[in-house]
Formats: sequence, C-alpha cells, structure tokens
Amino acid sequence: MDALNDFTAALRRIAFLFRKEVLAIFKDPANRVILIVPVIVQSMVFGYGATYDLNHVSYAVLDQSGGEASRELIARLDGSGIFVRAATLRNPGDIARVIDDGQALLVLHFAADFDARLTCSGGAPLQLVLDGRNSTTANMAAGHLGTLVAQFNATRTASSSVSAVGVETRAWFNPNLESRWNIVPALIASLSMLQTLLLAALSVAREREQGTFDQLLVTPMRPIEILIGKALPSIAVGLIQASLIFAVALWWFQIPFSGSALLLYAGLATFATACVGIGLSISALSLNMQQAMVYAFVLIMPLMLLSGLVTPVSNMPWSLQMLTYADPLRFAIELVRRVYLEGAGWSDVYTDFWPMVAVALVTLPVAAWLFRNRLA
Amino acid sequence: MIKPDRQAHAASGGFWRRLRALTIKEFHQLLRDRSNLAIGILLPVMLILLFGYGLSLDIRNAPVAVVIEDGSPTARDVVAGLNGSDYIRPSYVTTMAEAEQLMRARRVDAIVRVPGDFSRRLARGDARVQLLLHGSDATMASSLRGYVTGSINNWSAHQADRSGRIAPAPGVQVIDRLWFNAANSSTWYLVPGLIVLIMTLVGGFLTSMVVAREWERGTLEALFVTPVRSLEILLAKIIPYFGVGMLGLLLCIVSARFLFQVPLNGSLWVLLASSMLYLIVALGLGLLISSLARNQFLASQIAVIATFMPALMLSGFLFDLNNVPIGIQRVASILPATHFVELSKMSFLAGDNFSLIVRKWSILGLQAVVLLAAAWLRTRKSLDR
Repeated sequence: MDALNDFTAALRRIAFLFRKEVLAIFKDPANRVILIVPVIVQSMVFGYGATYDLNHVSYAVLDQSGGEASRELIARLDGSGIFVRAATLRNPGDIARVIDDGQALLVLHFAADFDARLTCSGGAPLQLVLDGRNSTTANMAAGHLGTLVAQFNATRTASSSVSAVGVETRAWFNPNLESRWNIVPALIASLSMLQTLLLAALSVAREREQGTFDQLLVTPMRPIEILIGKALPSIAVGLIQASLIFAVALWWFQIPFSGSALLLYAGLATFATACVGIGLSISALSLNMQQAMVYAFVLIMPLMLLSGLVTPVSNMPWSLQMLTYADPLRFAIELVRRVYLEGAGWSDVYTDFWPMVAVALVTLPVAAWLFRNRLA
Repeated sequence: MIKPDRQAHAASGGFWRRLRALTIKEFHQLLRDRSNLAIGILLPVMLILLFGYGLSLDIRNAPVAVVIEDGSPTARDVVAGLNGSDYIRPSYVTTMAEAEQLMRARRVDAIVRVPGDFSRRLARGDARVQLLLHGSDATMASSLRGYVTGSINNWSAHQADRSGRIAPAPGVQVIDRLWFNAANSSTWYLVPGLIVLIMTLVGGFLTSMVVAREWERGTLEALFVTPVRSLEILLAKIIPYFGVGMLGLLLCIVSARFLFQVPLNGSLWVLLASSMLYLIVALGLGLLISSLARNQFLASQIAVIATFMPALMLSGFLFDLNNVPIGIQRVASILPATHFVELSKMSFLAGDNFSLIVRKWSILGLQAVVLLAAAWLRTRKSLDR
C-alpha cells in the first residue's frame, strides 16, 4: 500500500514538473512560433533545394565545323529538356570565359574537321570541357551527355546489324530516382532532432544559470523524477515537429508512404528519447546556457554529418562507419527511409532500434546522476 | 566649460580607450570559458577530418548482386567487366530470390541479372540484361546505372570487334576534360565549402549566444549607465570572435592545402579578404539575432535556423544550386553563405576572376553594412522593448 502511495505521489510530482516545463516552453508566443513554423518552412525549402538531381544544365557550344552532324547533335541536346544553351561561342578563347563566370557548366567543342571525319572515317572526337567545381554535378552532366551521344550514334549506325546488348533498368522504391524521395523522409528525423536537442540542452542549464535548479533539488523530487519531468516535454516537441514534417512529405511533396505509421512513430519516439538523453546530459554537465549551446553544437555537427543525411554512410571509410553506431540519427534516418519508402516491417528494422535504445540507456542515467553530483 | 572642438577630441580619444578596455574584457571572457575554444579550434579540426577523410559523394565499392541464369560462357563474360571496377563490388548469387532478399535487407544496392535466354537472344541480336536498382538513395542509384550500363556497352563494342563482323563505325566519341578538379574528387569541393560552415558557426551562432546572454542577464543595461556607447559595445563584442573565426579559417586553409592537397589557384589575399568580409556579415547577423531575441533560448533557435541550416543545405556547398527550382534559387541568393561559397570555390579551384570578385564583394559588403546598422539601431541605449 505504501509503495502504491509512493508511486502515485511520484507521478503527481512528475505531472507538476511536466506542466511547469510545458508552460515555460509554450507560454512565450515567440517560442511557440520558433518551434512550429521553421520546421514547416525548412522542410519545404530543403525538400526543393536539397537535390542532387540534374534537371538543368547550362551549356555553351563552339561549332567550328558548321556541318549537319554537329547541328543535329546540338538539336538533340536542346530538345532533351535538361540541356539549356547559355551561349554560342565563336572562338576557342571564349571557352575559359564562360566556364570561369559559371555561365555554362560545360562547353561542347566541335573541331573544324568534325563533320568531314565523321563521314569519311566514321568516327570523330567531340571535345567536352566541364566545370569541375562541383565534380558530382559535372560527372552527372557528362553521363547525360554520353547517353545522348550514344543514342545519336545508335541512330546513325542503325542500318548496320550490330549485336548490341540492351540494359533494362528498373528502380525499386523510387521509380523515377528522385533524390527528393531520399532527402525529405530523412528530414523527418534530422530537423526534429536539431531543435529537440537544443531544447533539452538548455532546459537544465537555464535553471542552473538562473539559480532555480538548486531550489528544484531541495524539493522532495528525486533525480529520476526531475529527469522524466524534464525529458517528456522535449520528447513531445520532437514528435510534434516530426509529425509536421511527415505531413509536408505526405501531402505537399506527395511522397507515397508505404509502411506502418505505428512502426514509424515507435522509431521516432525512441529516437527522440535518445536525443533528449544526449541533450539533458549536456545540460547537466554545463554550468550555463552558453556552454550548453556550444557543447550541443559541437555534437550536433558530427551527428548530422555522420548520419547519412547528405552523404551515404556506405561511402565512408570503415573506422568512421563504426563511429556512426554511436549516432542515433544515422539509425533514425535509416529506419524512417526504410519504413517510409520500402514499407519495411518490424523484422526488417529492429536492428535500427538497438543503437538508439543504447544511447538512451546510457545518456539518461548519466544525466540523472549529474543532476545531483555536479553542483556549480 | 570645454569648447566644442576639444569636447569632440576628448570623445574620439575616449572612443579608442574605451574600445580597448572593452575588447580586453571580452577577450578575457572568451578565454576563460573553455567551451568557446571548443568552437574555435576543436570544431574546425573535427570538421576538417570528417570532410577530408570521411565524407564523400564518390562511389567506392558499392555492393551489387549478380545473378547469371544462363550457363553459357558468354553470359558470364558480359558481366565480367564489373569485376575489376573500383566502383562496384559484385557478389555472385545463384537465384533471383536470393538476390532480392539481399536487396530488401539493403545488403546490396543493385541486382544485375543475365536472363536464361541471353545467349540465344544475343545470336538474334536483341539480348537483354536486367538491372534492378535500390532507389532509396537516388544519387547513388543513378551513378550505379551509369557504371553498369557503361561496362555492358563496352563489352558489346568489344564483342562486335572480336566477332570479326564489319566493324561498326565508332561514331562520335566524347573526350571530356574536367576543369578545376583534376582529381575528380568530391573532397576538392567539400573542403573549400567547410570554411563557410565554420565561419557561419563562429560568426552567427556563437556571437548571437554571447550577446543574448548579456541581454538576458541585464549586464548590457549595466554597461548602458557607463560612458561607453553602443557602437563601442558592439565592436568590442565583434573583435574577439573575429579572431576566433580567423583562427578557424587558417586551420582550414592549411589543412586543405597540405593535408588534402586541394590546390589554391587564386591568390591567398583574395581568399583572406573574402573570408573576412563574410565573417563580418556573419557577425552582423549574429548581433542582429541576439538584439532581436534578447534571450539565449530564442537566440539559439533562431541562429540555428537562420545561419547553420541554410549554410549547410542551401548555400550550394553540397547541393548544386543549378538543379533547384528558380524560387529556391532566389531564396539562396539572399543568403550571404551562397555568395561566399562561390568565392571560396573560385579561390581554391578556379583561380581569381575579377568580375566575380567585384560582384560578390559588393553584395557581401552591402549585407555587412545593412546587418551591422540594423544591429546597432537595435542595441541603442534604450530599455524599452
């Protein structure tokens, strides 16, 4: 009976602290705005902006041959919908200028004997100059151009019976290979992490700086109760933000959701708990808000960069791949992408839960311990 | 009574004296809290190592399952070209079911399937190889499609040669040259972009926190009752963080040059001048945010949203702005980071381009003036909000 009374009393205390924390976060109208509006705007802007897809290549052409073949090839480029002619050059000296200015990403140079060589010997070189400042884009543009030229060659030699092997391509889970389908689901986890972690990191540090944390420590509340009361509001904010981005992905970008919403939310809740654990540990460790912010940031950067949000984890060297196991965001992104795009079930993604659970199980007790044992 | 000109003289002499005293105080404050040095030194070093060694958009050893359902030697030969590649690591499996299972578990990124009737159809001249891609990483999938298709096209060209049939006309051969990035490596453009990230963090983020703290604690109001003017307070705040930012910049340049062998094709002075200009813009933004928010929580949230995230996602540092819709390009062109990314890439990879420098410097200069003026107006000695 005593134990039960104890338990209900603890729950009541947690509820009080929870209510106070929620009020502290949401009472200020500026806070309400800053926690709700930016995630929506960011997910839309980054959904459009963060793309590796090539759908606009500005090119310049220097045609010294003036023949039929070069004209036909240029017409194919102009008709492709991807290549947009930015300039037509007269002499080779201009190539450097249009590339340096960033006016054109690539320059096609047809030499004077291009047509003649193509008709006589059947083969002619086509010079291609690419701006390598972003080598990923440049390589993709070269790839597109290569395909167009191969099609051009194929129609020229269609009469001769060459046994060509065709490649039939089909992409699973993302039929048009749009990188937006890859980025936007990842934003559900990463954007919500950003503000949730900062929120948790500041929660205890603010009370320490203002001196109210000492008062909290002399109340009958146990560290574990303080921990739960502090963690729950931040987790709730994280889930609300994740839902907003989820809604943008679903209804604004119309990316079809093929998995179970329950599984998605179980993953997101685990992830938010891990993030809040990290945030509260930082918070308990810092003596003031500025320190908490700085430490949070020094952590957020590698968490974001190692997560596979912007560069694939499989491209990293082995040692860094091992390091990503400590990054809950990596597994949250993996889980969200797999549940969202592939419709993966429990049995497919349970391995993504363990690292996040482990981070939560380490950071939350550490934070609770630090509450009492680190007094400024 | 002091004559007006002497008063002016005394005031200007006092300006430097007060500025010096305040700056020294700020320096002490900066050095006393070790967490600030974490942003000044630890973060740049960590980012440099991550970007230099860890993060890459160049595909290496992508796992691909190969299923050969046709027992003939030709069928094995057509995919043999995948073996020697740096990009692809093929693993041979016997059945399609097995391959699909690997793909569902994301153990492979693609499946190459040579169907059972391959050699029969090859004789007829319409052979097919099937390529299934895991589309959840669209960029990687597109690159893989390029490599696999290229390798198989190569094979058929060789095959036509060997079979002694009338050699097909080679047609147009593209000979490409990649300017500014001879190594064709993403490190070359990621490392110059890093400078932007670090300057943004120091200038925008750290500064906004520091000044917001003074607002929150009321120490700024305490300063208002002293003879110092708001301009002096602002300058004294900027100078130490300017120093921290420059330290980060030097670390970046040295490591880019000597650790990762990224060439510096432009002049060092142009790069330094552009960076200083951008740092001033970032500091102005940080000051403005803090004077608008006046508390650390709000300032930190605004700073992340207005400085760090756009610099990472929208500045053209990772994602090429040529590919984004025109509306987003407009948004990006408002961001100071976008212009600095272009300057930094120009300095490292392309070499100085006078018209670009003039254009970008004037944009950044204008932004610096506007932001600092706005911050100064907001920080004038007033207690009302």
